[in-house]
Amino acid sequence: MVQYSRTRLDASFAALSDATRRGVLEQLGRADASITNLAEKFHMTLTGMKKHVGVLEQAGLVATEKVGRVRTCKLGPHRLEEETVWIERHRQLWESRFDELDKVVEELKRKEKVNGRKKRQ
Amino acid sequence: MDARRDSEPTPVKNRTTVERKSERELVVTRTFNGPARLVFEAWTKPELFKRWWVPKSIDVSLLSCDMDVRVGGRYRLVFGPEASKIDASKIDASTTMAFFGRYLEVTPHSRLVWTNEEGDGGEAITTVTFEEKGGQTLLVLHELHPSKEALDGAIGFGEGLRETFVQLDELLVTLGASR
Repeated sequence: MVQYSRTRLDASFAALSDATRRGVLEQLGRADASITNLAEKFHMTLTGMKKHVGVLEQAGLVATEKVGRVRTCKLGPHRLEEETVWIERHRQLWESRFDELDKVVEELKRKEKVNGRKKRQ
Repeated sequence: MDARRDSEPTPVKNRTTVERKSERELVVTRTFNGPARLVFEAWTKPELFKRWWVPKSIDVSLLSCDMDVRVGGRYRLVFGPEASKIDASKIDASTTMAFFGRYLEVTPHSRLVWTNEEGDGGEAITTVTFEEKGGQTLLVLHELHPSKEALDGAIGFGEGLRETFVQLDELLVTLGASR
């Protein structure tokens, strides 16, 4: 369950990391819109907008429905709670630090190995 | 904001967990694939510390990093706009942010405790423990803040990140309100 929500959060934050996608959400907060509408508003190709909407849809932030030939987008079922967001932003900060720290530790390990070999020789 | 691309595969890495233990406490855990002495070294040598403390996705750099790592010794980190993006003469107290405090405990390879004195509402205390097991190190970072409000408002970082999060918060409020 924890794993599931972490994956979902990762998807949400990845979706929200892009300015266009945040704009699309704001737009949909005001009114539902078709992909064509959105593409026009954000001066994008239809294909480009479809990709953005796809990412948002996967994160559950947007839901789409096809009626006839028009795909309408609206805000999705997924809602981020304030407490979750607070924890997640701390987690992201530490994770981005620790990913870099991993690299430093790897490098120190490599250096130690090389030095160890030199000493033995 | 985030330099990664959606298509980039996520490398296998250890999980970072964050838990709010109480109104004033935050606990972060992570395992590193290396012995405690190396992880400890990366936390206590400024030239190593500088390489990982500032997240890459943020438009802020560590302008200076002074660390006198011994009991009673002081540290001071100064963050500011990236040197390449601003005229050096414009870097002063108004464009930078300092984090400072003193080390309360320094036990090589196993434990570091320091104060965070930059906040208005009193000192926070950070305790980091390094526990080695089978060549890996379990790191537990514990922050004790002076009040609930101090922890509520804390993200432990400079303006760039704060702005990003403010934007995100505003967006979430917009989304919440529109339902």
